Parts: sequence; C-alpha cells; structure tokens
Amino acid sequence: MPLCESPSLSRRKLLGLSGSLVASAFIPKFARAANGRDPRFITIILRGAMDGLSAVAPIGDPDYATLHGELALTKDGEAAGLRLDSFFSLNPAMTNFARLYAKGEAAVIHAAATGYRDRSHFDGQDVLESGYAGPGRTDSGWLNRAIAALPQGQRIGKQSSLAVGAIAPLVIRGPAETLGWAPANLPNTGDDLARRLMDLYTHQDPKLAELLASGLTTQKMATGAMAGMDNSDHPVDMVQQARGAARLMAADDGPRIAAMAFDGWDTHENEGGAKGRLFNLLTGLDGALAEFEKTLGAAWNQTSIVVMTEFGRTAQVNGTIGTDHGTGTVAFLAGGAVAGGRVIADWPGLKTANLYQGRDLNPTTDLRGVLKGLLADQFGLSDQQLSQNIFPDSGGAKLMKGLIKI
Amino acid sequence: MAVPRDATTALSRFGLGARFDLGAASRTAIAADPKAYLKANLKPEAVLLKGEGLDDTRNNLLAVFEQQQEKKMAREAAANQMQPSQPQTNDAMASPTAMQDGKSIQMQDAKPMPVQRDVFLTEAQARYQKAFADESGFIERLVWFWSNHFAVSVAKGRPAMITAGSFEREAIRPYILGKFADMLHAVEQHPTMLFFLDNRDSIGPNSKAGQRRQKGLNENLAREIMELHTLGVNGGYTQADVTNLARIITGWTFPGLNSNKAEPGVFTFNPNTHEPGSPKVLGKIYAQQGLEQGEAALRDLATSPATAKHLAFKFAKHFVSDQPPQPLVDRLVKVFMESGGDLHALTVALIDDDTAWSTPPTKLRTPQEFLIAASRALNLPPEKPQPVMRALNELGQPLWKPSGPNGFSDETATWASPEGLKVRLSYAALMAKQSQVPGNPTDMTNIILADAASQDTRQAIARAESKQQGLALLLMSPEFQRR
Repeated sequence: MPLCESPSLSRRKLLGLSGSLVASAFIPKFARAANGRDPRFITIILRGAMDGLSAVAPIGDPDYATLHGELALTKDGEAAGLRLDSFFSLNPAMTNFARLYAKGEAAVIHAAATGYRDRSHFDGQDVLESGYAGPGRTDSGWLNRAIAALPQGQRIGKQSSLAVGAIAPLVIRGPAETLGWAPANLPNTGDDLARRLMDLYTHQDPKLAELLASGLTTQKMATGAMAGMDNSDHPVDMVQQARGAARLMAADDGPRIAAMAFDGWDTHENEGGAKGRLFNLLTGLDGALAEFEKTLGAAWNQTSIVVMTEFGRTAQVNGTIGTDHGTGTVAFLAGGAVAGGRVIADWPGLKTANLYQGRDLNPTTDLRGVLKGLLADQFGLSDQQLSQNIFPDSGGAKLMKGLIKI
Repeated sequence: MAVPRDATTALSRFGLGARFDLGAASRTAIAADPKAYLKANLKPEAVLLKGEGLDDTRNNLLAVFEQQQEKKMAREAAANQMQPSQPQTNDAMASPTAMQDGKSIQMQDAKPMPVQRDVFLTEAQARYQKAFADESGFIERLVWFWSNHFAVSVAKGRPAMITAGSFEREAIRPYILGKFADMLHAVEQHPTMLFFLDNRDSIGPNSKAGQRRQKGLNENLAREIMELHTLGVNGGYTQADVTNLARIITGWTFPGLNSNKAEPGVFTFNPNTHEPGSPKVLGKIYAQQGLEQGEAALRDLATSPATAKHLAFKFAKHFVSDQPPQPLVDRLVKVFMESGGDLHALTVALIDDDTAWSTPPTKLRTPQEFLIAASRALNLPPEKPQPVMRALNELGQPLWKPSGPNGFSDETATWASPEGLKVRLSYAALMAKQSQVPGNPTDMTNIILADAASQDTRQAIARAESKQQGLALLLMSPEFQRR
C-alpha cells in the first residue's frame, strides 16, 4: 500500500499544509442578521476539561494559593499572571488575550459550567455540545440547531457554517448543512470521478450523496495559498486550524459560523502553572485567537468567539502535581463584537464549605445563559427559541444580556 | 454464479473485507457455512502477533529510560561547560550504568530517528501486515475492538509511544478469546496503562511515601476503570467509589532506572506508596492488604452485571449496528454473565445470532477498516508503515492516538462527514492508481462485493472511463463503505 508516495504528495507534505479553502458555487451568500450587521460566530471546544483556576487565577481569593499549590499563579515574581483586575490574573501564556482584554475586545466568564454535574469527559462534552440538560439525548448540537432556527433570508444560503477538522464536533452536527474543512495534504480527485460517484450515491445512498456534495465544495484548491505560512512556535495545530477557518470566513461569501475542537486539556499530572503543559496549551489557544484577529481583518469587528470546556478541575492539586476532574471553570469570549474588558463572575469563594462537594470550584453561572446571550445578540434569536429547541429545559439558565456591543 | 450474501457479511461486517488474491473460490467456501467459517477463525494460536524486531514492554521502556538519561547527562554536561563558574556538578547523581554506556552527545549530530518512533513504526508495520494477510480479518477486528476499548494514546509521551504496540500484544491479544477478568487484570497492571492514566505516580497520602513526600492520589485511572473499562458511565458508581478505587490501586506502578528494589519497566506493587485502610467500593469493603486488595476489586468489577451490559451493548454496536437489536444485546448480556465473562463465548454468541447477520449494513467502515479493506481488495500490501500512518492521520484515525481514553468512536455519525468522505475519495483514487491487479473492474467487483453489488454500482463500475476510475468507484461504493 504505497499510498502517499507520489512526489507531488510528499512535496505537499513538506509544505505542511496545502489544503486551501475555497469559494465555490455552494458557498453561501452572507448573513444579514439583526441590525444589518454581518456577524461571525466561532465556537472553540477545549476537550479534556481545562483548569479554570490556572487559566484565570483568582489570586485575590485568600484560599487560592494554598489550594492550588505549586500550580498557583501569583501577583508578581516568577509565577506572575497577567493582571486583569484587582482579583483575577490571566495565565501568562495568553498575552494576546490580555491585549484584547485591555482594549475591550475580550472577556472572561468565571465559575461557569453547563448543567452537567458528574465528571465524565464524554458525557460532559456531550452536554456542552448538544445543549441538552443531560447526556445522550440527541445527535445534534446547539450551534447547528441555532443555524436551523435562523430565518431563511439570513440563513446564508445552504451552508452557512463550517466544521473544522476531519471529524465535525458534535456542537455543529445536525440537520442544517455544514461545510467541512481540515488542513489536508491530498491531491484533487478528478472531477469526473467525483461526478460519477455523486451520480451513484444519488441513486443509491442519499446520505452519502449529501455528504460528498458538501465535502467537494471545499475541494477545489487554491494551490499555494497556504504555502507562505510561517512556522509558528505555538502548538501548530490550533493555529493552523484557526488560520484556515479564518481565511474561509473572511471571504464575502464565506461561512459565518464555525466550530472547532482542541484536544489535550486533561491535565492530571505535571500540569504546570506559569509554565509547563497547560501554559503550552494556552499558548496555542492564544495564538489561534490572534490568528482569527489578524486573518479576519475588517470582519473582526463583527466577530465573537466563545471558548469553553466540558467542566473544570479540582481546586486542590492532586498527588501528581496536576488536578482531577472537577466542575466550575472559565469560558473565554473574544472578538471585536464582544463587550469585553471584564471578568464576569459571581465568585463563590474557595473555602471548603463553598466548594462544590468540598472539592471543585462551585459553578455560579450557567454556560447556557452565556450562549443564549451571545446567540440572541449576534443573530437576533429570541429567548423563547433559544430556551426551547436550542437549549431545551434551560429556562433556569437566564439569558445573559450585554455580552455583545450593539 | 450465485453466492449468498452471507459470505459478504462474514467478510465485511465481521472481517476486514475480501482479499483479492484469495479469489472467488474462497468466497464460495465461506458461503457454504458462514457461521462455522467464522467460528473456525477463533483459533487461540491466531491471536498472537510475533515477529522480527518486536520487543517486550520492559525492553522498550528501558530503551526510552536510557535515552532520557543520556539526554539529561548531555544537557548537564553542556550546562557545566557553559557555566564553569558554578563548581557543583551533578556528576555524583549520574548512574554508573549510564556512565559505562559510552554513547555520548555526538549521536545527536546525526539526528537518528528517535527510538520510540522507530519501535512504534515497527509495531505498526507488523500489525497491519497481519491485518492485511489474515484470511478473514475477524481475529484482527476483535483485537482492534478490545484494544480500542482499553485505549491508550501515544500522545502521552515517549513511554506510551514506545510501548503502545507491546501493550496491545501483551495485554489485549492473549485474552480476546479468554476471560474478560484476565484482560482487565493484564491491562490495569500494564506499564503502558499505568503511565497513560497516571497511576504510576499516584500515591496514598497516608502511605509511608505519602507522608514523607507530601504527595497524593491521582484518580484518573480509577475513574476510567469504572466509567470506560468496566461498569460504564451509568453503571451506578459515585465519586466516593472512584476515590476509593484510586486509594485501592495506589502502589500499582513500574520503576524507572536506578530503582534498587524492583526491575525497571516491569509492573510492581510498591507497599510504600499504597494507601492503608479498607476502602469501600460499590458498597463492599475491601479489607485485603496490598496488591490483593486491588485485584479483588477488579475481579468484582469484571463480572458485575453493569459491566456485562456495558460490554454487550458496545460489542453488538461495534459489529452490527449503531442501534443494535435489543434481543441480541440481552442474549450477549446473559452469555457474559453465565460464562463468567468468557469472551470466546461472547463472540460465538454474536456469530450464532441470526439478527447479527440479517440487520442491514448501515454502519460506515471506520477509516482504519476502510484503509485495510481497500488494500486487501486491491492487493496492495503495506510495504512501509509511514504511508499507512499518514493516511490514518488524514482520515482522522491516527494509530493508537485517540483524543481521549474512550478511544475512537465507531459510530457512523462520527465518520460520515463531508471532509472525511472527501479524503476517502482521494485515497480511493490514489490506491486505484497504484493497484496492479489484473482483470477488469467488473471481475474485481465479482470477487470483492460479489452479489452484494447493486445493479447501479455494477453499472457505474462497468461504465468507468478507465480501470483506475472503476476501482476507485468500487472502493467508494456504498456496498464497500458500509458494513
């Protein structure tokens, strides 16, 4: 099975990325949502449960330093965080986020969680992405159902949304058509072969026909478009994915909504604080956010990005200088459209009595309320729509207002 | 030539697809009694994988440890050269073994392939050669299923990368036709799993070492034993059960170099890090001391009814349908319980069930299944491992590198994505160009799909503008993609 041994392929491989993103007849006209704006909305899922207490450290909390031990960030010195306000400091990996925060284009939601309270990654991600109150209730994601709920006029033709990566995250799977793109190193397939296969699928397997049609829309490659990319020191995958997605979304007729997932946040051991494993992951995330800002260009002003994870980690460091599965954590908002420059938190405190089950940051903000607020302001969806189909049984999670500059 | 569809089911649902070089004759033989054929495949001697260059976990870990030690010494040597003003060196700490070794910093100039990468590729090559060559591929499908059930990821670090293959050969393969309890035991005491899910460094806070070193528990492995390996997420355990199981398996570890007590790279029970006490798990008190405490807990978990349900559903779902027939699942649960968790009995029960054959083929082959089935169909044996690894990466299923300890999904919804299908098409086209099989694509269709091929598919293949195009259509046809 020699597979990729052809010279053109290995050359492509050397370039790192050759896949490029493409406009085609299938890619939609843009959305004109509320107020004649043309909003972009990006969801980034951090799989594995990010430690919110090391990402955005509550250094003003008197119990923090003791609980978080050698992972804790400090006000100054070697483990100093980037000061957000008198209480919270950001992990020093996130210099771009700090810069955006300073100019009012980034915000932190702290002590947040979905309604899920057990500690399974897989159920937690299912709840986070499906938008349902419990795991295993549906095969579609809240973002996809939100797209389906947009009025046809705004709906941006057939495919308004983009799933980044070889496997579409659940959050964007569902009835509304989605465009797929992943950094790829493969050659074009002949148009004739694709046409014949489409013909066969149409007769025999409509589901495969639909998927292939969608996949082929991103196939025509603008060769070399990615060849000039520099080799970032950041965890490369995150930045690459962001760059590819941003290029597609920056186009006048590109998709307006995208979802992607970054792996690796399950820091049970040697998590690190002001440097180390989590620091490196956050560096990648920070680089991805910066890439969106740079590549989206003028569209950045109408963009909001939400970054979230399935749950948090234990407040106390475990036996292996890491943290085990917990509950409350942070979500990040970034983008020119975000009403930023603040940490939004109803801080529960870190005294043992205030911790969830005596071990985790107690969640005081329901992430679904945050997401409802974003979708309402960005796309004009009503609280009623959002609380019924998109986040069923989320009446208790009050829609958070004022997250977007209007 | 009327060949019953059951031969196709045997080969594609349970196996890795028809092999071109075995031709139509082997298919006719299978068709005579497909169930008996598959059962005859369940030979104990067929489960193991041996071959040139395949080393055991201990030796693999030693190679990594030694490499790490050399690097450390090289770093220290370099640091000492650059900072001569600091007289204190770490020479005293360097171990005699490494000093004698003689290998030195010059090695880095030549940039040889890192040893863990080299071993990983050797293991991959042996694994896919066996999958390519096996007559039906059924045994390998069972190995892949259980290996993915107990998933580890090479992304965890060098020790995981260098032992992912030996882990599968040592802890999975020997047991796929044996008792589940034995597999569980082998897995949870295997260095690769202890490293991957962090139990290696989990320390009982009240153990001797815990009191001295102010270190403590890591509950990662304990949680995944319950959630993923045995009971399942709805298996009725609590946070307290997880923490207690974590206490019970403290001390399950493997030493690195310079251990004066135990053999490096081999499982050992360290009483100094074991949490004292008699914790309760799922209502039962484990009063045993030492290693036996954890082994008793694992034995109970292995045969729990929740485990039976979890495994039976997952097994039926993998082979038959994302929504497997409930009566089939119920029968598998019963067999698992009555046989004391015998995996040979479980497998035979699956084969014996008529609905396992009559349920329509709606599942999309995973990328790994697709790639190997395609190479078998087009007679493209894996000559080198790198291209196969690259293809698996691009198709979204990199070998031994799932994004979490739950392994790769086998659900159609996961793999039926626009991007995924497009990449499959690219590979189908590429492989069709490389294939040297004689005969025209219609002859090939008769061998590979036989009468499972619809008229539409036959027509599309017959009308292809080239042989390559016809073969690509064959590989991408719904009958080949779904099983």
